[in-house]
Amino acid sequence: MADETQTTDTAVPAEIPKHEQLVDERLVAWYFLAALLYMFISLSGGFLMAFQLIKHNPLNGIELFSPGRWRMVHTNAIAYGFLANAFLGMLHWVVPRLTLRPVFDRRLSLAIFVAWQGVVVATAVGLLLGEAQGLEWGETPVWIDPVAQLGLLLVAINFMAPIMKQKGPMYVTLWYFVAAFIWTFLTYAMGNFVPQYFVSGSSAGAVGGLFIHDLVGLFVTPLGWGMMYYFVPILLKKPIWSHGLSLVGFWGLAFFYPLQGIHHFLYTPIPMFLQYGAVMSTIAVELVVMTVVINFFGTLWGNGRQFWDNMPIRWFYTGMVYYFLTCLQCSLQVTMTFQALIHFTDWVVGHAHLVMFGVFSMWLLGVMTYLFPRLLRQEWYSQTLCEWHYWLSAGGMLVMASDLILGGLFQGWSWAALQPWDASVEISQPFWAVRVVAGLAILGGQLAFVYNLYRTWQLSKASLTSLGGSSEPPSVDRKYAD
Amino acid sequence: MFESKSGVFFVAGLAFFGFAFLSNALVPAMMYRDLPEKKVEELANPNLRYQFEDLAHRFPEAFKEVYGTPPTDSTEASDWYNGKIAEALTLGRKVYVGEACWHCHSQFVRPVSNEDLRWGPVSSSEEYQNELQRPVMFGTRRVGPDLSREGGRRSSDWHAVHFFKPTELSEGSPMPAYPWFFDGSPDKPNARGLALITYIQWLGSWLESYPYYEDFVPSPVAEITLESDATE
Repeated sequence: MADETQTTDTAVPAEIPKHEQLVDERLVAWYFLAALLYMFISLSGGFLMAFQLIKHNPLNGIELFSPGRWRMVHTNAIAYGFLANAFLGMLHWVVPRLTLRPVFDRRLSLAIFVAWQGVVVATAVGLLLGEAQGLEWGETPVWIDPVAQLGLLLVAINFMAPIMKQKGPMYVTLWYFVAAFIWTFLTYAMGNFVPQYFVSGSSAGAVGGLFIHDLVGLFVTPLGWGMMYYFVPILLKKPIWSHGLSLVGFWGLAFFYPLQGIHHFLYTPIPMFLQYGAVMSTIAVELVVMTVVINFFGTLWGNGRQFWDNMPIRWFYTGMVYYFLTCLQCSLQVTMTFQALIHFTDWVVGHAHLVMFGVFSMWLLGVMTYLFPRLLRQEWYSQTLCEWHYWLSAGGMLVMASDLILGGLFQGWSWAALQPWDASVEISQPFWAVRVVAGLAILGGQLAFVYNLYRTWQLSKASLTSLGGSSEPPSVDRKYAD
Repeated sequence: MFESKSGVFFVAGLAFFGFAFLSNALVPAMMYRDLPEKKVEELANPNLRYQFEDLAHRFPEAFKEVYGTPPTDSTEASDWYNGKIAEALTLGRKVYVGEACWHCHSQFVRPVSNEDLRWGPVSSSEEYQNELQRPVMFGTRRVGPDLSREGGRRSSDWHAVHFFKPTELSEGSPMPAYPWFFDGSPDKPNARGLALITYIQWLGSWLESYPYYEDFVPSPVAEITLESDATE
């Protein structure tokens, strides 16, 4: 398997290598399937907690189904199971095609795939057995952390190899990816080891805040935007509107994002000047975000019809609208005035869902909607189911986020008014009930998606067989290929 | 620089991240370097000691099974109790983290939103300078109330019943039940149950404003079986 087209020198290959020589399609598909599996595990965890809150959890009192433990599975499965796997699948498609070079070593790719599933499963098992680490988004039991750290290093090596052979300036996507490989590695190391082994108390809180925020800002966000800078121009068949704005967006994010983490712990004993610094850089990054969003809508300008006609584009731009909304929300909620009211409430929970599902998961689902037909050499079994997937996900998310954000305000007011604690739980009930319904809509969307995928896979098997079971795939629909 | 591999790698990837780490993580660590970090063995205090001995009285069989019997010599017994407290706090924190208590209960009182009226003194840095705050348990969401001043507010009996079945004591509570902290009934907490109650009673026990409702008087209650009271 290793005797791939080795472009041994550093020059750009004279002949453009074929797609088959670059992309291990099987691996991309496996990553996506693994991601979808963890999506359902994560959803199960969310539902356990959601039903517990409305006091209708049928599994209450069973240790292995404890909603608290599953709440941690919920967030970790979406971060390390769904997002990481889906991003890795996407990277295996994008990086070789963009650099025209295969990854460092296909055996390494395979090893990383297996190892990463091991890390995610071990995390889930560890959490369910009550072995969590006391760090939000980093609950991975401490004995798994070194393995995950090694995995992240190997991922960086595997993808940096083809990128490093590039000459001259890189395309925007690769700025984000290169930075993301370093940041993810550093962020994971900082968050999982420093507050556990080196500092405690307020200092650990500062590092914990940096970790929570960098995980979103320096792992998920750059991979997500790098992905958008790759797929959107291909799908719209036109270049990004403004290269200058791309530069502002990347460098603004790179400078301001790492400085914000402490805004997760405002009004704690962490020194006030650090809290103010975090607030200001958060507001600064919202301005940067505006430039990126404007850049993408500038790109769409004149092709607005594509939003309705082109399914992946619709996923991407819906995600961008949600991104704009979460960032706008963030620039408000990060102020001390808002924090006094909304910190610790469901407002923040709504915000987190809007970011993690409404933006990044929706982008990845859009990428899957685009890539699965290419991986299976078969158009989607049902466009209608694709529509259901989109509308249930996008609609469910909008309802859930608005509902939780609104509910959070009521909780905050109830606390500030010194109502008995139970009052804040009681007024939350209708909001929590609506949240369950919105969650069911999202679940329904994903079920429609996997059913559609299953039928599409069956169709692709059938069409391959009818061609005489040839191992050579039939001519592929490459209408969007670059 | 702005589009080159080395620019992105070294400036954005390493330098900007490093700058943020220096300014946001190392600065507080340096500022607090003179605040000694307490080991778990140093965390026992008279308030907590009272609660822990109280556990021995209220749940004599369970306590004996988990921790054994204290030495008869009073000086030795004192060291013994403090040692067991450290043991209980360590396990208690592990349970608190493992069961994700900290995802629904915070451990810090803010100077806003009338929180000091509800819970007591606003949190300060030195309260967190100990081994059990690695990583710190500030928390992230309050479905239930803040717990950093919970110690002494309610009796260990109350906590036992509440962990076993929260709705028994707090009708509208959405808190899950934790029957696996007990051997079948609330009067029989196991190692995890006793440890978690100790941990909860420790929270805020270092404050002068620690609430208490009974004075600690050594009582002969340990010899009496409390079966009839326990189910209440």
